[in-house]
Amino acid sequence: MFSLLETIWRVFLHAFHKRVTIQYPDQKPYLAPRWRGRIILSRDPDGGERCVACYLCAIACPVDCIALQATEDDTGRRYPAFFRINFSRCIFCGYCEDACPTYAIQLTPDFEMGEYRRPNLVYEKEDLLINGPGKYPGYNFWRVAGVKIGGKDKGEAQNEGRPVDLHTLLP
Amino acid sequence: MATVYVDNRPYTMDDRQNLLYGCLSLKMNLPYFCWHPALGSVGACRQCAVKQYKDENDQGGKIVMACMTPAAEGTRISIEDPEAVAFRRAVIEGLMLNHPHDCPVCDEGGECHLQDMTVMTGHDYRRYRFEKRTFRNQYLGPLLNHEMNRCIQCYRCVRYYREYCGGGDLHAFSINHTVYFGRDKDGVLENEFAGNLAEVCPTGVFTDRTAKQHYTRKWDLQMAPSLCVHCGVGCGTTVAERYGSVRRIVNRYNSEVNGYFLCDRGRYGYEFADSERRIREARGNIELLKAARGGSAIGIGSPRASLESNFALRRLVGPERFYAGMAPREARLLALILEILRGPARTPSLREIEESDAVLMLGEDLTNSAPRMALSVRQSVRQKTLAGAERLRIPRWMDHAVREFAQSDHGPLFIASAGATRLDDIATRTFRGAPRDLARLGFAVAHVLDARAPAPHEIPDGASEIAGALKEAARPVVIAGATLGSSSILRAAANIAWARPGTGLAFVVPEANSMGLALMGAPALGAAMQADGDTLIVLENDLYRRAPAEEVDRFLARFRHIVALDSLGNATTQKAELVLPAATFAEGSGTFISSEGRAQRAFRVLAPPAPIQDSWRWLANWGGLDEGIAEIAAALPQLAAITRAAPGEEFRIAGQKIPREPHRYSGRTAMLAQISVHEPKPPADPDAPLSFSMEGSPDPPPAAVTPFFWTPGWNSYQAVNKFQEEIAGPLRGGVPGVRLFEPVEGAREFFAEIPQPFEPREGEWLVVPIPHIFGSEELSRESPAIAELAPPAYVAVNRAAADQFGPEAEMLGRRVPVRVASELPDGVAAIPAGIPPFEGLELPLRTPIRRAS
Repeated sequence: MFSLLETIWRVFLHAFHKRVTIQYPDQKPYLAPRWRGRIILSRDPDGGERCVACYLCAIACPVDCIALQATEDDTGRRYPAFFRINFSRCIFCGYCEDACPTYAIQLTPDFEMGEYRRPNLVYEKEDLLINGPGKYPGYNFWRVAGVKIGGKDKGEAQNEGRPVDLHTLLP
Repeated sequence: MATVYVDNRPYTMDDRQNLLYGCLSLKMNLPYFCWHPALGSVGACRQCAVKQYKDENDQGGKIVMACMTPAAEGTRISIEDPEAVAFRRAVIEGLMLNHPHDCPVCDEGGECHLQDMTVMTGHDYRRYRFEKRTFRNQYLGPLLNHEMNRCIQCYRCVRYYREYCGGGDLHAFSINHTVYFGRDKDGVLENEFAGNLAEVCPTGVFTDRTAKQHYTRKWDLQMAPSLCVHCGVGCGTTVAERYGSVRRIVNRYNSEVNGYFLCDRGRYGYEFADSERRIREARGNIELLKAARGGSAIGIGSPRASLESNFALRRLVGPERFYAGMAPREARLLALILEILRGPARTPSLREIEESDAVLMLGEDLTNSAPRMALSVRQSVRQKTLAGAERLRIPRWMDHAVREFAQSDHGPLFIASAGATRLDDIATRTFRGAPRDLARLGFAVAHVLDARAPAPHEIPDGASEIAGALKEAARPVVIAGATLGSSSILRAAANIAWARPGTGLAFVVPEANSMGLALMGAPALGAAMQADGDTLIVLENDLYRRAPAEEVDRFLARFRHIVALDSLGNATTQKAELVLPAATFAEGSGTFISSEGRAQRAFRVLAPPAPIQDSWRWLANWGGLDEGIAEIAAALPQLAAITRAAPGEEFRIAGQKIPREPHRYSGRTAMLAQISVHEPKPPADPDAPLSFSMEGSPDPPPAAVTPFFWTPGWNSYQAVNKFQEEIAGPLRGGVPGVRLFEPVEGAREFFAEIPQPFEPREGEWLVVPIPHIFGSEELSRESPAIAELAPPAYVAVNRAAADQFGPEAEMLGRRVPVRVASELPDGVAAIPAGIPPFEGLELPLRTPIRRAS
């Protein structure tokens, strides 16, 4: 009998507590920058596509919802010919972002992706690619990698010596 | 056998081998770089360090290289000793100092031996803060990509290229930490086996350039055990697919056939499967095929189609109305080869050729007609020096010591051919002549070996030298073939093999299933041209490559309806009323018989989009491949053994089929999402114990149905170590394929038809074919990379004749550029085989050649 009354009393007290529920969508919730929502592909500080089509996000994906195909431009810079995420399968675990060696794929604080038709949840590269570096402003993979691309010759990456002159006799 | 203690546990190892070989054979994880099972040990990379102890009381021990230490009785080593572990980690750290940050954009990533070994040793953090050394890359041709920054200086590439393949244009340049592996200047790598560098290189310096056009990581590839369809040797290949197209071919280890290596035609010839000339839709009225059952149709089979497809056609039109679809001369030669092989001589496998200690090549330029066999012959000349080194107690795996001992010495290899061959550099002696002169040489050798064999009037110079070498050898081999179109050469080769009992007799046949079609015993194209019928059904065969165009035109005009099944459009399919899209090697399954007489099964890697399907599916109403195989075995007793070539469809491991995809296969729920978000059910495969799926038993499947080599921690091709019974030995679960010929006891009567010597005639030339590894084969020449390397049409003559002709000559109504081939005999001219416009000629032939006016 006593416990019953106590329960009623506690429920009554809740009427005076601070409200947790907010009036979404009139009122927007706070989402931390690292919140794992809609996935985007970012660009490096020079404006080039960051994704180098290494397939690591695809293999990390536990629901296999990322498919892409690598290709190269005339200068040897690798990029995805297509990049597709099936958000109707995505579980927003963020493993793709963890696996990405170039900070290209990032999860954003946005969850408003509701659709009436599932096919509308299949995002292609045009839908994913944004016009900035996202959460990691400074990094450019191509300045670290050793391969030659347009605008960066051998030996011009960070921490690289000039290409070896094979014709010299000096040690 | 010796007992070796590894970390205080006793193991049995082969005492003729080194500790690395022993440890890897026992499936232990010991990292290595410079050692390769086919190349032996040099101890260059210092990666396989282990601790060796004097005896069980020795607490200190010393660090030794496992690859350079014999597995002697009572040896005590430790792999897990902390000092050895730290040593190996330090070596990797040193190798990684200059390694670029390339893995995400490197084609080797995900199947990189360097990645695997780095993970295995536990080196995970870069401490070196100084500048990385960089190099400029070279253009090495359409097959290989060069990225020198990634090199770890293990020297495998030059050892493989120069010592194993005999190539001359890949070098190690410069000194100390700037050693550079490349050519003296940009250019196509000349050796026909250069493509294997992509697998030999432990990291991404040499990678497959054709795969780069449509790059996919190994874990994303759907793979299947297949066979190379570009010559008659029957090398095992692993075909890989993604998004419905063939992405690449890698070697599929088979200890008896191709071992660790493929030729460049086999590895890079695959792109024809996505050629613009592919037939993807049926054209014409399919009822024609049903009408053909009535008995009014005749069928022409093909030496490049599987046994099942040929048999399905034979079944449809009736055995007496089925023709083999080979040129008459080729069919005669193959029938003769079969007759010879039913005698006392054994057809050696490529491994046996590799281990033979005296080789005579009669009339073949192997590197161009059966390339992988040429690589085996190149190894055979080492047998003499290997035996010599063994007498000095130098173990045969100690590669540089053996080569130092050998210097430039090598065992007996005699080459008798029309023109120069790519093995001349290691030949003891070469002989040049017209086909009948080569045959006479062969007959003379047989006569010297056994006086009962008939002899030509005079014994040519050198015959007794060859006979002496063959007699002295323990495991001699004679290699001949159908390339020069001479039956005398085949008879001469048989005489030699029979005159010297124990001689292996290897024949080169033109196409992937020439041997199988010959075994079916159908009459050739010549007989078909006499046959009457209402409908003609041509199976995967361009008749314009088999006979002169006018003859084929006349032949085709006699039929009311022509049905053609093929994968690529060609002159024959253009004439057909009904064209049915046939599967390529990637889309179809079937059995092929190699020149060794080994029946092997190839399995498709993808289910093609309708209406493309196996030719046998168009022609027969079998429920699956096994039904067809059973029918063949019942109808043709000589082929009954093919049922044992691979496990049938009902084979299961733990109740499940063998997955064609690695368990890490990605993108299943997205790869077709743009078409439908409802993932389709994987296609069923009623023909194979393999599934189009990633689900299945993780246990290793039998060798003949192993779709790819992968084990935990071993992502690169070197994972094959874990699938072998012992290193470089047979795969677990048996050697893939089944041999159809075994030598028959009892002597055979020697062939007595010795041809007259060749005599040049004024103004008339004997035109012989010269096969080209790139360009002569019908399908591979449609692959862009191979087409780039294929030569244009030409006529080759010796210097004196070339001076007479000038730059262009006129022959067979055409003007063709003249090439100098100084080795060709007088009166003999050579044209490239199978290269337009010289297709369909029955070679050799005699024709006048004039200076172009």
